[in-house]
Amino acid sequence: MSTASSTTIDVRIPTILRPYTNGEKVVTAEANNLGDLITALNVKYAGLGERLLENNELRRFINIYINDEDVRFMGSLAATLKAGDSVTILPAVAGGCK
Amino acid sequence: MTLRIHADLVAKILEQSRVEYPDECCGVILGPEGSDNPVELKPMINAAHSPTFYEFDSKDLLALYRELDEKSKEIVVVYHSHTETQAYPSRTDIAYASEPNAHYVLVSTRKEIAPESEFRSYRIINGEVTEEPVEIISA
Repeated sequence: MSTASSTTIDVRIPTILRPYTNGEKVVTAEANNLGDLITALNVKYAGLGERLLENNELRRFINIYINDEDVRFMGSLAATLKAGDSVTILPAVAGGCK
Repeated sequence: MTLRIHADLVAKILEQSRVEYPDECCGVILGPEGSDNPVELKPMINAAHSPTFYEFDSKDLLALYRELDEKSKEIVVVYHSHTETQAYPSRTDIAYASEPNAHYVLVSTRKEIAPESEFRSYRIINGEVTEEPVEIISA
């Protein structure tokens, strides 16, 4: 009961990060906001946090969505999570000639 | 591994690269999961609208991956154009390549070779680039 206030969230993991989750496509972690979720994920799956964050901010070329919304429009790491929310992590598809 | 691709898809990508010039164009070709067979061309909007950079729009990206999940498809090809440089992955391309199973196709619209265009394919895995043969299948 000590963590009764935390919510279990489903998190979809992209192919390139599945080596961190033992190949799992969907994992769960408990948190009430995105920052805490990433911390919790990194406890379970060491190294995953570093692939998502840089200097305690979301990496530029990682997109994270809560349900259908890009978290950059929801306060980024402060975005709140509630029961039934689903989080999707997708690396940007990007590049260029430089 | 060879990329086998129909000639009409190649023509459409080259056409898109010319239409969107001077910006870089981008898109994917989908196929059934596990098939390595590119069948469904999906041109994407370059959200960067830039001659030196491309990026899929964030909402389009989510919609694309939802479609893959729901319809058991995979991204067989990720393509984009270089406007003034050769069709070889740049440092940026290599840094952001995140689909180890995809063929990364580069086309170039550089003027030296106009009106011909380069169409080349690569694997980009853990920062390592390997060019692969392209076999174009006639209709």
